[in-house]
Amino acid sequence: MSTLEIKGLHVEIEGKEILKGVDLTLNTNEIHAVMGPNGTGKSTLASAIMGHPKYEVTAGTVTLDGEDVLEMEVDERAQAGLFLAMQYPSEISGVTNADFLRSAINAKREEGEEISLMKFIRELDSKMEVLEMDPDMAQRYLNEGFSGGEKKRNEILQLMMLKPKFAILDEIDSGLDIDALKVVSKGVNEMRGEGFGCLIITHYQRLLNYITPDKVHVMMQGRVVKSGGPELAQKLEAEGYDWVKEELGIEDETVGQEA
Amino acid sequence: MTVETKLALTGEDVRSYSEANMEPAWLSDKRQKAHALAETLALPKPDKTKIQNWNFTEFPVHTVKDEPLTGLAELPQEARALVDIENQQNIYVQRNNTPAYTKISEELKEQGVIITDIFTAAREYPELVEKHFMTEAVKVDEHKLTALHAALMNGGVFVYVPKGVEVKEPVQVLFLHDSEEASLFNHVLVVAEDNSSLTYVENYLSLVPGSKGLANIISEVIAKDGARVDYGAVDVLSEGFTSYINRRGIAGRDTVIEWSLGMMNDCDSIYENVTHLVGNGSRSEAKSVLVGRGRQKQNITTKIIHWGMDSEGHILQHGVMKDEASTIFNGIGKIEHGATRSNAEQESRVLMLSEKARGDANPILLIDEDDVTAGHAASVGRVDELQLYYLMSRGIAKAEAERLIVRGFLAPVVTQLPIEGVKKQLTEVIERKVR
Repeated sequence: MSTLEIKGLHVEIEGKEILKGVDLTLNTNEIHAVMGPNGTGKSTLASAIMGHPKYEVTAGTVTLDGEDVLEMEVDERAQAGLFLAMQYPSEISGVTNADFLRSAINAKREEGEEISLMKFIRELDSKMEVLEMDPDMAQRYLNEGFSGGEKKRNEILQLMMLKPKFAILDEIDSGLDIDALKVVSKGVNEMRGEGFGCLIITHYQRLLNYITPDKVHVMMQGRVVKSGGPELAQKLEAEGYDWVKEELGIEDETVGQEA
Repeated sequence: MTVETKLALTGEDVRSYSEANMEPAWLSDKRQKAHALAETLALPKPDKTKIQNWNFTEFPVHTVKDEPLTGLAELPQEARALVDIENQQNIYVQRNNTPAYTKISEELKEQGVIITDIFTAAREYPELVEKHFMTEAVKVDEHKLTALHAALMNGGVFVYVPKGVEVKEPVQVLFLHDSEEASLFNHVLVVAEDNSSLTYVENYLSLVPGSKGLANIISEVIAKDGARVDYGAVDVLSEGFTSYINRRGIAGRDTVIEWSLGMMNDCDSIYENVTHLVGNGSRSEAKSVLVGRGRQKQNITTKIIHWGMDSEGHILQHGVMKDEASTIFNGIGKIEHGATRSNAEQESRVLMLSEKARGDANPILLIDEDDVTAGHAASVGRVDELQLYYLMSRGIAKAEAERLIVRGFLAPVVTQLPIEGVKKQLTEVIERKVR
C-alpha cells in the first residue's frame, strides 16, 4: 500500500495565500472526493501537489510513502506515481497524441526497455474504446482543437495509459454531459482497486453517482473543514453548503479568489 | 552613389566559361550584360539586416570538377539516406558544380516531361529556357545579387511538365556540397504548363563541415493556368558560406503553388520566397521553418503578391533561435488594386531558446483594394511554461519536453514533405540543431 500525505499545506499564488493549512491522507485502494463551493482552494490543492509553476508552497508537507514530493521536479513527481487530470490541459501543436503518450510511457522506463510499438498501439486502442474515443484522436495534435469533452476524455486516457499510484482529477466533470460523464467514470472505475488511489475534486455530487467515494472532504477558506463518508456528498447535494457554514460559524467560505 | 565592385571573375572569364559550356548565344549574351550590371548595381536591402559588409563577391574558384556518379548506390551515406534508391523514379543529383546523375521514368519521358541540368536544357530546349529563364519571376537587373547570379550560374536543373500532364511521383533533386572550395550559383527553373501538376523536392546538403565559398541560388517556378506545383526544400549548407537563396513563383489562373521550406543552413543566409498570384482564383501556401544557432545571422522574407481576383495567400513562418543567433522574419502580404475578394493571411512565430538570441517577426500587410480579407498573427517568445508543466506532469523530463514542443512547432513543414527520407532528414537536422 502507498500513502499520499498532505500536512499543514499553505500555498500562495502571486503573493496571496489560498491554502491555509490543508491536512489530508489518501491511501491506494481508496477514492476520496474533495468538494466545496467555488473559490475555496480545491484546484489550488491539486495544482500545488503536482507542482504548477505559479503556485508557491509556503509551509507544510506533501509526502508519498514518506518521500518529500515538494522537493521533486514536476516530472519526478509523475515518476514517483502522481498524476493530475487537469481542468485546462495545454494544447501542443505538432505533437500527436500518440507520440506524446509513447514519450510519457517510455519516460518511466529504462533505456532499452521502451514499450514496443505493437503493444503500445494495442493498449491505446483498447483504452480508447473504453472511453468511446474516435480512433483518429490518436493522430491528432495533443489537445489542439479538442472540444471540452474530448479534452477530459483525453486526460482519462492518459491516466489509463500511465497507470499512476495516485490520480487527482481536477473538476473532470465540468462541462460534461451525462453520457460523457458516464464514459469518464467508466474509465476511472476501471482503474479502481489495489495499487490505485484517487482524489476527485468536484463542485457537484453527480459524478459521485458513478464513482462512489470512500471518503468525502469539504473545503472552505483554504482548509478541509469537514470529512465524512459517501453520505456527506449526498447531504451536500440535497441541502447545499449552508448548513456546513452554519455548523462551523463560517460566513464567507471563499479565500477571496477563484481557485 | 554607385560603387564599382571589382568582381572575382572578369567578363572575359565568364565568356570562356559560356563557350566551354557551349551555351547558346542568348544565354552567353545575357551573362555578359549581367556581369556588367553586377559591377554597378547595389545590393538588395533586406528589411532590418545590414548586409553591406557581407561577402557576396569573393570566392576561391568558380567551378570545381567532380566525377559523375554511375548510380545512386555510389551516393555518400548521408545523401543515400534521402533517397529511396530502389523506387525513386525521377531524380537529378549534382555534386558541387557537376551534374552527376539524372534519371527520369520512361513514362514521363514519353509524356514529354523534361528533367535535366540547366546547361543541357539551355542547349537542347533553347526556346523553353530562353522564354522563362530570368524573364518573369526573377529579373537579372533587380540588384547586384540577381545580376551576379546570372553572370556566374554554374549549375542547376530544368524541370518541364507539358500541358495536362500529372507527375504523380515526386521529382527529387540533390545538390551535394563536398568541397570547401566550391561555390553554388545554382539556377532551378520549373515550368508547369496548363493543367499540369508536379511535386518537386530539393535538398541542399553539405557533406563537409566548412565552406569558403558563396551560395547564390535562384529558383523560378512558372505555373500556368490550372497547374499545381508543390515545392519542398531542405537546405543544410555548412558554416562559412554566405548564402543568398531566392525562390519565386508565378501562378496563373486557378493555379496552386505550395512551398514547404526547411531552412537549416549553418551559415549566414538571406532568404527570399516570393509568389505572384497573377491569375484569378490562384492560391499559395508558403510555409517556412528555420533554426538559427551559433552566431548565425539570417533574414527571411516571405511575400505573396495578389494580382488576380479571388486569390488566396497563406504565409507561415516558424523559427527557433538559440545561442547568439539572430534572424529577422518578414512576412508580407500585398494585395494590388483590382485583386478583389482576395485573402492574405500570415502567421510568424519565433521561439527563443536562449537569452542572447535575437528574433524579430515583422508582419506586413499592404493593401490597395477595398473588397478583401486579410489577417496576421506574430509572436516572439520562450517555450510556454504551462505547456512544459503539462508535459512534465506526465513524467517527461524538461529537456525532452522542450524537444517535443520545438519539434511540434516546426512540424508544419516536416509534415508537408512528400519524400519519407527527406522528412526524416529534416526531423533529424532539427533535433541536431536545437539540441
